Amino acid sequence: METSIKLNNEVFDIEKIRSDFPILHQLVHKKPLCYLDNAASTQKPKVVIDSISDFYSTTNSNIHRGVHFLSEKATQNYENTRTTVKDFLNAKSEKEIIFTSGTTSSINLIANTYGRKNVNKGDEIIVTNMEHHSNIVPWQILCEEKNANLRVLPINNNGELILEKFNELITERTKLISVVHVSNSLGTINPIKKIIEIAHKNNIPVLVDAAQSIQHLEVDVQKLDCDFLAFSGHKIYGPTGVGVLYGKENLLEEMPPFMGGGDMISKVTFEETTFNDLPFKFEAGTGNIAGVIGLAAAIDYVKSIGLENINKHEAKLLNSATEKLSEIKGLKIIGTAKEKTSVLSFVVGNIHPHDIGTFLDFEGIAIRTGHHCTQPVMDYYKIPATSRASFAFYNTFDEVDHLTSALKKTIEVLS
Amino acid sequence: MDSELRELYQQVILDHNKSPRNYRVIEHPSHFCDGHNPLCGDTINIYLTIAEGIVKDISFQGSGCAISKASASLMSSIVKGKTIEEVKSIFEKFKDMVTGKLDVDLDSMGKLAVLAGVKEFPSRVKCASLAWHTLINAIDKKQEAVTTE
Repeated sequence: METSIKLNNEVFDIEKIRSDFPILHQLVHKKPLCYLDNAASTQKPKVVIDSISDFYSTTNSNIHRGVHFLSEKATQNYENTRTTVKDFLNAKSEKEIIFTSGTTSSINLIANTYGRKNVNKGDEIIVTNMEHHSNIVPWQILCEEKNANLRVLPINNNGELILEKFNELITERTKLISVVHVSNSLGTINPIKKIIEIAHKNNIPVLVDAAQSIQHLEVDVQKLDCDFLAFSGHKIYGPTGVGVLYGKENLLEEMPPFMGGGDMISKVTFEETTFNDLPFKFEAGTGNIAGVIGLAAAIDYVKSIGLENINKHEAKLLNSATEKLSEIKGLKIIGTAKEKTSVLSFVVGNIHPHDIGTFLDFEGIAIRTGHHCTQPVMDYYKIPATSRASFAFYNTFDEVDHLTSALKKTIEVLS
Repeated sequence: MDSELRELYQQVILDHNKSPRNYRVIEHPSHFCDGHNPLCGDTINIYLTIAEGIVKDISFQGSGCAISKASASLMSSIVKGKTIEEVKSIFEKFKDMVTGKLDVDLDSMGKLAVLAGVKEFPSRVKCASLAWHTLINAIDKKQEAVTTE
């Protein structure tokens, strides 16, 4: 195995990085685990696992309004994470950072609050053809309730948005544009800044689904000028069950609360309730405290490696894998956008992705097979499913080679 | 190849996947049903000619993994000429075999025994059962499409 890779005169010590991830060092079906399902969920470095374990071992208690030592310490750790996330996204204030259970719940929050308040009969919401189901279904539910219409920005054969169609779709009835930053099934990086510029020229707010970009690219909400942004902890080497919704303060202020309950109120009587200030207005009930604290550890870890280094290594892995898999006879890559993250979807003749997935599993290789919760993308390409290898910075070029040779063996048996 | 994997993808299964039997449309079927597995996008259409309680002809078309296609192909060759009661009783035994619920006497399963390896792969049980569920719905003349979810 290669031990170090030179990036910009800095040494990217892959062996050291891999030693940070306990799960990577195991055998699956008697073969070393080759984890290439990172777009579905990333593995956790030991610092993240330890932070959760430490919290439960030393600090566990409920946050906010506690007067005892543990509660104050837990609250401090929880709120420190808010600052970590604020800095990571370059948001203006902690008030703009709301903890949720993940990207799906962040999007649903917007649909149920901003959406229900601002979308009325005959209004329109724009999404794209490459959205994850979690950025389609909440809008469909809202549109059905309000008698509004969902409009879809199309894609081309490379899996890129056809931006020229954007202006045709925007009307005076467009109330919100919700768009994925990076496609989970194609890897396409969308020109999100440009989309936001066009939307804002028309006074339309934009929600960015950053579930697949936050772990690969710099996401600066002020540079992007996005109105809302959602991501999940588990895709950025943090725990499951925790996510973030960023929203511009003035928009969040005007929005009605989503869930009612404890923590989101200032005063409750049977006649009337006054809601709490931001961000607590949107955090009803006891949150995933350990998860939030683990998220801070994950973000700190990612920062210590450096998004630029991560991006460079992953780009090399993607290039190598694209080159090697393209040479396999009958294999077709789905998603050939110019700008991509390290996601490689493919189909091979008539061989079903599930068969490929099972064969690769017996070589220790974890990939994802199916429609990846993007059925409209599958429909566009007229395929039922793809096989998808997705790389993280702890993956190696040896693993790319292993995937290539295992795939060749699989195809030989199945075709 | 690993023995468990070889057990799942036996030569008979690979063969039925490559050249499925009865893979065609019956123009005027007496019974028909669509099946769908939303998990993997597998689809199947089953066509039947049933007369006097006997499956006179059966065919299928669709797309799916090797396990689901081979299972449909094997099913079609087994049920032809059988009575409805016999088909349903084979289905019950088949279900038990692929879910590993009961110790099914594999000798009594005939050609279907090659699918016994599925029980080691919980995520693939639905692949093997889709054709059967669709067949039973077609026989019972249930109008709604079958889904494994």
